[in-house]
Amino acid sequence: MSDPHEVTRFDEPWHAQLFALTVALSEAGRFSWPDWTEAFGATLARHGLSRELDGGADYYAAWLEALEGLLARLDLAEPGKVEALRNAWEAAYLSTPHGKPVHLADEDAA
Amino acid sequence: MPHDSHDHDHDAHALLPPDPALWVKALETLLSRKGYVDPAAMDAILEFYEEKIGPRIGARVVARAWSDPDYRAALQADPTATLAADGLLGRQGEHVVVVENTPEVHNVVVCTLCSCYPWPLLGIPPSWYKSDAYRARVVREPRKVLAEFGLELPEGQSVRVWDSTAEIRYLVLPMRPSGTEGLGAEALAAWVTRNSMIGTGLPERPA
Repeated sequence: MSDPHEVTRFDEPWHAQLFALTVALSEAGRFSWPDWTEAFGATLARHGLSRELDGGADYYAAWLEALEGLLARLDLAEPGKVEALRNAWEAAYLSTPHGKPVHLADEDAA
Repeated sequence: MPHDSHDHDHDAHALLPPDPALWVKALETLLSRKGYVDPAAMDAILEFYEEKIGPRIGARVVARAWSDPDYRAALQADPTATLAADGLLGRQGEHVVVVENTPEVHNVVVCTLCSCYPWPLLGIPPSWYKSDAYRARVVREPRKVLAEFGLELPEGQSVRVWDSTAEIRYLVLPMRPSGTEGLGAEALAAWVTRNSMIGTGLPERPA
């Protein structure tokens, strides 16, 4: 067994960001926490049918899918706009010199 | 921009985050532009969960319950109010139920739906708590799962499994181990492991 007094940390920065985004939306009243856990539980159950989830990367992939679905259903984040911004972020990373902060161009505004 | 396949090309631009990270950034950008979420609130949440909380908070609650009969009684009678009085209540408004181990009953906590967990007391749940294997099996064959954690329970002690929900989180109050007589609160808390508060372990003598 590992150190019984260990503290769990997020494995990847985006796990932490995703977690914080979900909690912040719930605290801002965009959806209730039970609404979230219901959506997330359904996604986990669907994923778990096809393969064993290990509680790590798979778990946060399911989290992301569940949040995207919930936000689309609640009309809070349109999938088309999310995808456009995802591509804009990718382009921004690829065109920003190494070591410089990465920003979206103004024309990427939703 | 053109993407050469030359060596060291990745040094030319900022390191591209993994694909899901780009989707998270896209959601955050869209939602903050719409005013649905405040990036500063997200930072505060992360700081709270990463820096301010962790199983030591729960350990202090357990140690206090072991050494202060009045606190223990209050914790059993109205755990949510007792924890709230010390600012230890969840941010999602959930209720906390404290389940006490006895020589007859050992308690263990799971969330079969997803990964509901008493965050304010224990911090971020460990990977195994979120795994399908644990979530499905601890309900079906708790003794076997506990044995895999190195926890062999005496035959006369039954196992009770508590399934968390978004509204109710459970904290196991383990039995105070022998060898801790006369210890102060800080020294006692050092015995209380995270797993002992989930029920997959027992308090351990600090290394």
